[in-house]
Amino acid sequence: MEKFTVFTGTAVPLRRSNVDTDQIIPAVYLKRITKTGFDDALFAAWRNDPEFVLNQDAYKAGQVLIAGPDFGTGSSREHAVWALRDYGFKAVLSSKFADIFRGNSGKQGLVTGVISDADTERLWAAIEANPGIACTIDLPNQTATIGDLTVPFEIDEYTKWRLMEGLDDIGLTLRDEQAITDFEAKREAWRPKTLPAKH
Amino acid sequence: MSNKPLTLAEKVWNDHLVAKGENGAPDLLYIDLHLVHEVTSPQAFDGLRLAGRPVRRPDLTIATEDHNTPTWDIDKPIADVTSRTQINALRENAKEFGIRIHSLGDVDQGIVHVVGPQLGLTMPGITVVCGDSHTSTHGAFGALAMGIGTSEVEHVLATQTLPLKPFKTMAINVEGTLRPGVTAKDIILAVIAKIGTGGGQGYVLEYRGSAIRALSMEARMTICNMSIEAGARAGMVAPDETTFEYLKGRPHAPEGADWDAAVEYWKTLPTDEGAKFDAEVFLDADTLDPFVTWGTNPGQGVSLLGSVPSPDDFSDPNERAAAERALEYMDLKAGTPMRDIRVDTVFLGSCTNSRIEDLRAAAAVIKGQKKADGLRFMVVPGSARVRLQAEAEGLDQVFKEFGAEWRFAGCSMCLGMNPDQLAPGERAASTSNRNFEGRQGKGSRTHLVSPLVAAATAIRGTLSSPADLEQN
Ligand code: SF4
Repeated sequence: MEKFTVFTGTAVPLRRSNVDTDQIIPAVYLKRITKTGFDDALFAAWRNDPEFVLNQDAYKAGQVLIAGPDFGTGSSREHAVWALRDYGFKAVLSSKFADIFRGNSGKQGLVTGVISDADTERLWAAIEANPGIACTIDLPNQTATIGDLTVPFEIDEYTKWRLMEGLDDIGLTLRDEQAITDFEAKREAWRPKTLPAKH
Repeated sequence: MSNKPLTLAEKVWNDHLVAKGENGAPDLLYIDLHLVHEVTSPQAFDGLRLAGRPVRRPDLTIATEDHNTPTWDIDKPIADVTSRTQINALRENAKEFGIRIHSLGDVDQGIVHVVGPQLGLTMPGITVVCGDSHTSTHGAFGALAMGIGTSEVEHVLATQTLPLKPFKTMAINVEGTLRPGVTAKDIILAVIAKIGTGGGQGYVLEYRGSAIRALSMEARMTICNMSIEAGARAGMVAPDETTFEYLKGRPHAPEGADWDAAVEYWKTLPTDEGAKFDAEVFLDADTLDPFVTWGTNPGQGVSLLGSVPSPDDFSDPNERAAAERALEYMDLKAGTPMRDIRVDTVFLGSCTNSRIEDLRAAAAVIKGQKKADGLRFMVVPGSARVRLQAEAEGLDQVFKEFGAEWRFAGCSMCLGMNPDQLAPGERAASTSNRNFEGRQGKGSRTHLVSPLVAAATAIRGTLSSPADLEQN
């Protein structure tokens, strides 16, 4: 997982509330056996609509999503985060996120910043006045900037630390690698081993 | 260390502590054995590839194919695309990451929870995980065995550890002697009916008491298997001479001095005198009848001698509403004697009841009897080895003469993921563990039963126990 500090990318206004994980990635895509390559699955149903924001040239290269409240509700599928990440999104801002979605995001390097409803409106207005404009996410200072508009966002200290250190769950555990190795050194001989195979 | 009396589960936990979680963070536990199958592993392996991580301990990992595999024509290509893709992915991942795999057609292929114990890999005092909820099966040996999700599978592959939140302990005391025709399956169905499908949430269950001590290892596995159906994190039985006897001489069981050291340690595992459980449940084995389910969750069970309950029997409004829905889905009328319920199919199989003892018990009931007209009886051994053993004992002949389908090993009709499914509206007596809506195929209706009830039902065509045959 890459370390996240300051990132600048195309801002996308998603003027919808209650975007659940079924909208982010419909269930039919869950049959796949990979953990990447879900870019085509992101908002798949909506992308059939030529008017949908990601179908507009100014927003196609979107990397920072500004969405309405209650983003990521519904089924706990991690694929929702994979789809956003694979499309190219590095951060999502909303006034309210579903807890599980937010937890999954932090583990995959996707920043989820909570902003006020008023700031959501201001950011949307700023983007729509200048489609294709970039948004800068400054994680250490917890701010989002579009043009001369800067708004603060909230993120919990622990997730922020993980994102800035670039630590996924496994990376976090591997900080204890010496303890694992020490444990293995005193593991008794009778404990099971699958190799070499006996039948 | 203090001398505080400990439960079996606490001892196993403590002996696997790699790092104690601080400030509310979970403890990091070492995993002795990781079982892998085709459904929950592909994205875990893909995650490793993306991050450039190897499998830390291929020698503590083993894979088999079970959920998607057909149980007929196993030499032909698998027709369903998703199934074939998942199985091929497992084969390629096993090759790339150096993991031992038992593929369809291999003598050690089978349901992952049948294969581990059969090879002697499942032992007392170890931690076992698998991306499958019925991993609780392995707790029968006095192992701490838990089902995990796909991201945890990746975590274990990469680190051989798992961050785990602490659990509570519940003693399930089953005292007395089971009457003839009453089995481990009836005990666990009665336990779940008693505590409910959420009753075990957050707990590791320990099955105790004289009735549990008297059970064989395979019967203990049947009980631990369904711990998850009570919502529990895991289920365990303390290891004893029955456990050691079962394990001794199996391919991966310790030998010589290692065996002696192991047994010495295993004998220290049973719960200490005076250890406190967070909750206790009592069940009387002497008065237990064969138990069957009437509804659409494993807690909706009743004595085979009883009848379909009425929603009005439930004081809790949620339970009442659930009963109403279940009766409608199952197309049953309140008050119908359970033994009047006619089934279309009998399924003997699944990780709950597909071991050699289950097949022997069913075969003994049907031997020399005639199958009910029009009824379909599927017998699916839990592993290729169980199938071979049954054939060596001539059980396959008993089943075939009776008119049963003698199939190849796999999960089969336990879940609708392979070709073995019920048609909409079809009713089955099934020795598996889940009677959820649509579990055995869209619109399927499932009654969970023991192998003895399955066999007697195949003869009479209605839910029955061997006792009903004697009265004929
Ligand atoms: S037999 Fe059924 S419950 Fe057991 S592992 Fe297979 S699908 Fe799961």
